[in-house]
Amino acid sequence: MRRFASLFTHPAARWVLLALALGFPFVASSEYQVYVMATAFIWAIAVYGLNIITGYCGQLNLAHGGFFAVGAYALAILTSDHGWNFWPAFLAAGLVSAALGAAVGVVSLRLKEHYFAIFTLCVGFIIYLLIDKWEALTHGAIGIRGIAAPDGFGLVDFSQTRPFYYLALGFLVLAIWFAGRLASSLLGRTFMAIRNGDALAQSLGIDLMRNKVLAFVLSTTYAGVAGALYASMIRFIGPEEANPNHTFDMITYLLIGGFGTLFGPLAGTVGVVWITQSLQFLEDYRMVIFGPLIVVLVIFMPRGVVGTFLGWKLRKDAEAARADARPGVDGMSGTEVKPHA
Amino acid sequence: MLKVEKLTKMFGGLAAVHDVSVEFEARKINAIIGPNGAGKSTFFNLISGLRKPTSGRILIDGHDVSRLRCDRVARLGVGRTFQTTHLFEQATVLDNLIVGHRLRTRSGLWDVLINSSRLQREERECREKAREALDFVGLAHLENRVVLDISQEERKRVAFALALATEPKLVLLDEPAAGVNPEETEGLARLIRKMAEHGLTVCLIEHKMDMIMGLADKIMVLNYGEKIAEGTPAEIKANPAVIEAYLGSDHDAAA
Repeated sequence: MRRFASLFTHPAARWVLLALALGFPFVASSEYQVYVMATAFIWAIAVYGLNIITGYCGQLNLAHGGFFAVGAYALAILTSDHGWNFWPAFLAAGLVSAALGAAVGVVSLRLKEHYFAIFTLCVGFIIYLLIDKWEALTHGAIGIRGIAAPDGFGLVDFSQTRPFYYLALGFLVLAIWFAGRLASSLLGRTFMAIRNGDALAQSLGIDLMRNKVLAFVLSTTYAGVAGALYASMIRFIGPEEANPNHTFDMITYLLIGGFGTLFGPLAGTVGVVWITQSLQFLEDYRMVIFGPLIVVLVIFMPRGVVGTFLGWKLRKDAEAARADARPGVDGMSGTEVKPHA
Repeated sequence: MLKVEKLTKMFGGLAAVHDVSVEFEARKINAIIGPNGAGKSTFFNLISGLRKPTSGRILIDGHDVSRLRCDRVARLGVGRTFQTTHLFEQATVLDNLIVGHRLRTRSGLWDVLINSSRLQREERECREKAREALDFVGLAHLENRVVLDISQEERKRVAFALALATEPKLVLLDEPAAGVNPEETEGLARLIRKMAEHGLTVCLIEHKMDMIMGLADKIMVLNYGEKIAEGTPAEIKANPAVIEAYLGSDHDAAA
């Protein structure tokens, strides 16, 4: 069992996963499936961002969907209304989300725990209201059409589903790569120390505000980049993109995949998107299946699919290591066992 | 080493710590005792910078730290443990300790992006420091164990190690022996003595009198936020004010 489990944590498993993702468009039965998968990848990028502030740093950010919309609208406004090329607008969308994240973070992170969550919930709602009402900038309820697709410089046409799928995959790989590097670095450990408790982290000499704001800005940058990709894929966006419900969708993905794990966001997002898709035929009744499924998962796998698996494996490995080490470490019992040999 | 002058902390109209002045010498074991609610933990929180004093000064090796933020105080060499240390239970003991040396490193976001040689070097240093601290508290063999699987007393030692990894000059231990059995208490006392022998100044809050009396070089007694006595264990044992605080004022009448 443990050996089988090791297959998933083996370094090569990542390459297998990447190969599967690269091959997916060739085995998909329709272009629609490729489209759904590309959408899932984009949401997954945003969920990786949420995982940095909420999973690693422990601050429940309920404005995440808002920053996703900010990235989407930044790209839409710049390319559609101001005629910018895609890539500069894309870069700007990331920067706008980061800058707004810094401004919101400096204020909201003064609050702790559920106060922070409530504050960010309000921030998310304010972003939604601004997008809906500020017609001069966002065109209000009419939305924005004519958003540029990513510029392929004449080599590839990203307005086609398949090339876009690979672009989204590329950004997702980049997102996971950075998240992985972050999580295993001293900076990631600093974030996790803050998650374990403000007072303890401070007493270890960690500057709380600075690190929390950094985690927050990283998360909003991820959200903004994902939002910009989303806008350039569907080419038409409206205020619904900023609906706070999206934040809760992302929290659900993260909850099911596993907070604070490297592959939780991917497993949760892709898994839930496909479960939702396969239950489409039930229309609104799909919640009858989906709701209890989430309840069962939360009860039996409180740390998500990936978190629970890793926790289980960590302990199994530790047990095995102890069993191997026993004769060496514990010399006393080693001699006692000898007569049997 | 640590000098406290007229330290006062008000919570609303209530003085949790009132006009306390005391001096703790370097490389000595100093204990703070007193009934529940005497202001001991608040006193620790003031020294470590977790709370700001209403008035008074705290000097560490002559530096006034009373207005500094907690993380700055930690960088100046004050390590501490809490009554309950929230470790990351799903990680190994060593993984929990690596961050302890973070305050002596400088790597930031850019170093993470380019995986700089500075980051690699500092991560190696943190890992070494964590091993060293774990070895010091006598748990080198538990390095790869998951925190969830270790005992209460081992967790206490891991919490010590975490504080030691910050390279402190002064360590504040908040009820280090709470919730462990008498034998283990004895072991922890030996560990605390070892800290002092290695040049650390130790300051601890504890309710276990046997342990304190055998361990401390100096004891300060707090009651209702005020210092009512200080001295060697023998002096404290004989002090009438202390006896009154612990046993009530009608002690003599009853006896």
